[in-house]
Amino acid sequence: MNSVLLPLTVAVPLLAAAVLALVRHPGFPRRAVLVAVLTALLANNVGLLVAVRDGGTIAHNVGAWPDGIAITFAVDLFSALMLTVTALVTLVCAVFAALSGEGRNRYFPSLVLVLFGGVCGALLTADLFNLFVFVEVMLAPSYVLISVFGNGRRIPAGRLYIVVSLLASTVLLIGIAAVYGLAGTVNLADLAGTARESPAVALAGGIVLVAFCVKAAVFPVHGWLPNTYPYTSPVVAALFSGLHTKVAVYAIYRIYALVYDGDARYLAVLLAVFTATMAVGALGAVGGPAARSVLTFNMVSGIGYILLGLALFGPVGIAAGMFYMVHHIVVMASLFLSIGAVEATYGSRHPERLGGVARREPVLGLAFIGAAFSLAGVPPFSGFVAKLLVIRAAVVEGEYVAAAVALIAGLVVLTSVIKIWLGVFWGRMIREVDHEQEMVADAEMPRVRAALIVPPLVLMLFSLGLGIGGELLLSLSERAAEALVDTGEYVREVAGG
Amino acid sequence: MTLALGIGVLVAGGVFLVLQRGLVRITFGFVLLGHAANLLFLAAGGTQRREPPIEGTAALGQMADPLPQAFVLTAIVITFGITIYLLVLAAAGKGDDDTERLP
Repeated sequence: MNSVLLPLTVAVPLLAAAVLALVRHPGFPRRAVLVAVLTALLANNVGLLVAVRDGGTIAHNVGAWPDGIAITFAVDLFSALMLTVTALVTLVCAVFAALSGEGRNRYFPSLVLVLFGGVCGALLTADLFNLFVFVEVMLAPSYVLISVFGNGRRIPAGRLYIVVSLLASTVLLIGIAAVYGLAGTVNLADLAGTARESPAVALAGGIVLVAFCVKAAVFPVHGWLPNTYPYTSPVVAALFSGLHTKVAVYAIYRIYALVYDGDARYLAVLLAVFTATMAVGALGAVGGPAARSVLTFNMVSGIGYILLGLALFGPVGIAAGMFYMVHHIVVMASLFLSIGAVEATYGSRHPERLGGVARREPVLGLAFIGAAFSLAGVPPFSGFVAKLLVIRAAVVEGEYVAAAVALIAGLVVLTSVIKIWLGVFWGRMIREVDHEQEMVADAEMPRVRAALIVPPLVLMLFSLGLGIGGELLLSLSERAAEALVDTGEYVREVAGG
Repeated sequence: MTLALGIGVLVAGGVFLVLQRGLVRITFGFVLLGHAANLLFLAAGGTQRREPPIEGTAALGQMADPLPQAFVLTAIVITFGITIYLLVLAAAGKGDDDTERLP
């Protein structure tokens, strides 16, 4: 495979976004271009995944500069897996948005394409400063998305989101400056293992990791997430849950595995923090007042499960974390889109006061309950395999407390999603008229369009497929984990361009 | 030492402003914090060597490190863009938030 595809993966969405922002032709063609570009990128990313499926690394020096000077893009199995699943979720969300309200906004396609270009760049780059730049490229359109689409509280939510993200970015910048001052380089290949040898670099890298923990919404710096995501539109929340926090998680994995070389001295701290994230997220979810805040707290809990794999550093733990990451991205997007389909049709800001959706829309109800069971870890969905792998890894490493917390948090998560099911989908439909609730005859309410049911259903079935046919993803995750634990190949390819 | 003191003052002022209620003050706080990060980058590149990094104009040991300058330039552009967006948000949706100081 030609390595020049790597910079093109970043350049194509950015160029398409620029063209779409300039061309003043609203409506169908713009949305078609958005979906076409994202489909092409999905195909490209699957191609990258196939090219590195045996655990190799492809590196490319951007602009054909010589080694040591060039900014390097590199793809290994871990980044290829992330690229594929993020492309899939972005495509499904874009299709959903094109069919519901958001897609009619003139700038929506450009914003999504810039966002995804930034995600691709962050997943591909092998340079710490470049990572910062692409995270900013990813965040800049998000600031607009969160403060333009959503309900009445979107502008305060947008302010909070920007302030927290900007503070985290500033901390990240300070951390990178400290790393550069101490190690004299920001190339990840040159930085490999430096934090293990020098405590000073470890401290500087710690600043970088803290910044990414804020962006990933790890306890105790998770508070911004449940206060912002519920107020944006469901499509945007689905996109953000699949892309933003997960890119930060990817960065934490990559930096800890490469720069710290999996240093065992700090793993106890990571284990405590990530176990607490699981527990706090699950408890917040079961206490969440509304459907979407339940889902956002479940995102926090999921981040804990994913990162627990890193804290159990080793091929088994990291493979479990990667499997969980793919599962979680798909399932959260499916859940948000199910709620989005309900909201787009019934126009309710509080779908949990609606009730009875499953009676009218059995297919949508099926999509939701399937994804909800998957999130909670009920077989045969992917969540069961993912949770099993994480808990098995914890038991193998002898971390019984973390295993017990993961098990109990799973049950709490189940309770929380059942709460949404009871509120939104079960029972009879209720409508508020002059603050008095009345039962609604089925014929009075509009139907959910089939086109809005398909995207969440597709993602739910994808999760089911990952659960039944989990061998394929598991073997990919295991190979990716081996490549991440043994960094030799990645470092050689990146250093050698 | 001057650089370290400068960064310290900028961070102290920036943190103080970011902790205020009004979004305009928070924005100014981020401007200060951004400058602190930029100065930190210049400090990371070393302040002893100050000749322009162009081949043939000075001895190699006298040339400044060009990489932090490139970093700072990139960071300035990003901070500038987001500062403007923050100010837009401060003006948009007036009175719908508790960012104003209570009477």
